[in-house]
Amino acid sequence: MRRLPRKDAVIVGLGWTGAIMGHELCQAGLQVVALERGPWRDTASDFNIGTAPDELRYGIRHDLFVRTAQDTVTARNRMDQEALPIRRWGSFLPGNGVGGAGVHWNGHTWRFLPSDFNIRSHYLERYGEGIFPENHSIQDWGITYDELEPYYDRFEYLAGISGEAGNVKGQILPGGNPFEGWRSRPYPTPPLKMQHAQNLFQRATTELGFKPFPLPSANMSQAYTNPLGVTLAPCTYCGFCERFGCANYSKSSPQTTVLPVLMRHPGFEARTECEVVRVLKSPDGRTATGVVYVDAQGEEWEQPADLVILAAYQLWNVRLMLYSGIGRPYDPNTNEGVIGKNYAYQANSSVNGYFDNQLFNSWAGAGSLGMTCDEYNGDNFDHTGLNFVGGANINCSTFHARPISARPVPPGTPRWGSAWKKATRDNYLTTTNVGSQGSNMSYRDCYLDLDPTYKDRLGRPLLRMTFDFKANEERMSAYVTDKMVPIMRAMGAKQIVATPKRGPWNVVPYQTTHNTGGAIMGDNPRTSAVNKFQQVWDMPNVFVLGASAFPQNAGYNPTGTVGALAYYAADAITQQYLKNPGQPLVQA
Amino acid sequence: MNVRSEGFQMSDARLSRRTLLTATTALMGLVAAAASARTIQGLPWTGNEVYPPPEVRPGPWLFFTPDEASAIEAIVDRLIPQDELGPGGKEAGCAVFIDRQLAGPYGRAEGVYMQGPFPERPLPTQGFQSPLTPAQAYRKGLAGLAAHVSRNFGGRGIPQLSGEELDRLLTSLEKREVNTPEFNGSEIFDLIFNNTMEGFFADPIYGGNRDMAGWKLIGFPGTRYDFRDVLERPNTRYTLPPVSLIGRPDWNRAGGRG
Ligand SMILES: Cc1cc2nc3c(=O)[nH]c(=O)nc-3n(C[C@H](O)[C@H](O)[C@H](O)COP(=O)(O)OP(=O)(O)OC[C@H]3O[C@@H](n4cnc5c(N)ncnc54)[C@H](O)[C@@H]3O)c2cc1C
Repeated sequence: MRRLPRKDAVIVGLGWTGAIMGHELCQAGLQVVALERGPWRDTASDFNIGTAPDELRYGIRHDLFVRTAQDTVTARNRMDQEALPIRRWGSFLPGNGVGGAGVHWNGHTWRFLPSDFNIRSHYLERYGEGIFPENHSIQDWGITYDELEPYYDRFEYLAGISGEAGNVKGQILPGGNPFEGWRSRPYPTPPLKMQHAQNLFQRATTELGFKPFPLPSANMSQAYTNPLGVTLAPCTYCGFCERFGCANYSKSSPQTTVLPVLMRHPGFEARTECEVVRVLKSPDGRTATGVVYVDAQGEEWEQPADLVILAAYQLWNVRLMLYSGIGRPYDPNTNEGVIGKNYAYQANSSVNGYFDNQLFNSWAGAGSLGMTCDEYNGDNFDHTGLNFVGGANINCSTFHARPISARPVPPGTPRWGSAWKKATRDNYLTTTNVGSQGSNMSYRDCYLDLDPTYKDRLGRPLLRMTFDFKANEERMSAYVTDKMVPIMRAMGAKQIVATPKRGPWNVVPYQTTHNTGGAIMGDNPRTSAVNKFQQVWDMPNVFVLGASAFPQNAGYNPTGTVGALAYYAADAITQQYLKNPGQPLVQA
Repeated sequence: MNVRSEGFQMSDARLSRRTLLTATTALMGLVAAAASARTIQGLPWTGNEVYPPPEVRPGPWLFFTPDEASAIEAIVDRLIPQDELGPGGKEAGCAVFIDRQLAGPYGRAEGVYMQGPFPERPLPTQGFQSPLTPAQAYRKGLAGLAAHVSRNFGGRGIPQLSGEELDRLLTSLEKREVNTPEFNGSEIFDLIFNNTMEGFFADPIYGGNRDMAGWKLIGFPGTRYDFRDVLERPNTRYTLPPVSLIGRPDWNRAGGRG
């Protein structure tokens, strides 16, 4: 193993959080190197309009995601089962290469509700201990919405998010989300144009007493130049967003917001196809001294650095911490230790509506084109007597109708033959969907550790995921899905099929790439891996970015909060930590 | 390179990336010359030509044996029959599509985690757990199927079955009713079924969805990439024909590129 010259900071992974942190550290004058296991990717060369809209290549064969032969996880539902490797991605789709999953996300860009951050104490105070599910490990985040607000704002203005504010400095505004936390100013760009399905949804929900509002979107409603001087172009509703790179510069991603500035920063260097295999520690085990990585030729390098930033996505952050012996691994039997603890996911549901006389043309859509209602999210509704914690947003979004994967037919239709062919033709343009994005609480027996059997290509144990949807999530999902059916009826569907979330969790159908927890934040080193600045309690020169910090997951997509936390950590490093490096920012 | 407003920054980023890679290479003491494997003399292109993905053309089978190919052609034509709504799976090129997929990285399970152990009975929630690559699964599955048909249909092969017989056979495979020690009926059914649907609805560059038959059937307009006008006219039938990554048969000149 050869040793390279020291850097001020090494960043593991050049996706959303790595790019944001890289830029902030370079601005503070640091010499920064980012190591990215996947290839270089850029709009003009890699997301070209003549090759990008290829459903088979990107949507079905997963060309932009990490190959399972390079990195995968093993999965099981319960601790008494044997975990098996995910050989073909299904339930979630981890990113790879410059831009990370920020290249091929859908762009729903949310803030969590204020009460999501102190969920444990909030529910305890309002409903008493009895509301919490059996075996739960729900925790407060150790940070408040008010502390995070300026950083949500920074991420939204970096990314040019299109939306309609519902609460500016406490003033509730028509057309926005009346339940959202206060925001210091409106969204940087107005909402996207809506499709026919959203128009019907808006009418139906308004009649039923909901307050629908546009889904906050990282697809641009108009051209936008962000504070770094990088310009995004208007979205063209091409229908190739999630799982695809955008050929239009109209979806916010590291490529379209940060990298054009970061890549030419004199303090910055990126090395692609370099996979970090572990973090190195000082002999006393209290500081990280750098990382070891393997390049494309299979050669090992040591990169010494004063500051180590893990920005490798939730799963791989946790795996690197377990490999490197950072923090104490979680033990579900004793409930002690923290690394791997509180793995959670997202409990989504859907209601399909088959119509006679409406043409939805759903192939004309954008990743986050949608209308949403938040009446049944978080604790926006009274949970007394409901016997569950959490909730879900209800949305009607039109993001694609790519024909290999999106050909809805009513139940009872044969899967092939002439009857199938006719039903496919009759329903393709006339079906739409109302969905819910549901919270997922944390439990003692849902966690990540290292697999005892299966190894990766370098001979290291794979990450093992033990996870299932619990009764709390099933009850929540059934309750919210019940509220969605009347909406679909009011929209005029002739046939309605409701699919609330039920266990067991299955690795095959795509659900969401919203994996959370495993290196959670909190105010106590006994029960959390990082403090509110994302700094490792036991190793103050290591910061861990991403949804690995979520103690449980809320009823929204994660990246708005992931981006805000990255900015919050960056400010803490540049304004506090660097004055006194190597010290914890919060006393344990 | 200046695509849309931000182009100059993007091209700058590429430049700095190039310098960065060179710097890294030098740092690591590697041979810098290896970076430019392609030598360009003068212009990096030939006049009046661009280079879209080369289209898959019908022709000799690359993976299937003649027997396998005729069995697959018969099956895809029952899964998607030719009828008053349009071409069937065979005419739409589904067998060609599958053949080319199996001859390529998909068939070899390239990039797929293939390390064992492979347990006998994975949980239904644990997904795909076969030690066989798709190419191996087809070879083995089609041989098993041929033997099964020969035993049960008086020595005939799949192409010799009537449409009705073949439908009955496929239904019993789909319902997991046919399993012998050497061959798992539902596994081969699922594989052929999924690949047939892919072939019928994927971009025609892969050899299936010929003349965009699948897209025309349902009304998918393809890769036009800009549908802002559609949002101006909600609930209106879209009447323009579909476009693929290689254009449209009626505007590609005869004897065009290939
Ligand atoms: C299909 C899809 C749709 C999505 N839609 C939405 C949405 O609508 N809204 C939303 O909020 N979120 C969405 N997400 C999630 C969103 O993309 C992520 O939350 C976000 O990208 C996380 O940022 P990150 O920096 O933590 O990780 P990433 O952006 O994934 O970046 C991590 C990077 O680290 C690299 N890396 C990993 N391990 C190593 C290693 N050992 N060495 C070197 N490099 C390494 C990876 O290759 C990757 O490039 C979606 C994700 C997917 C896949």
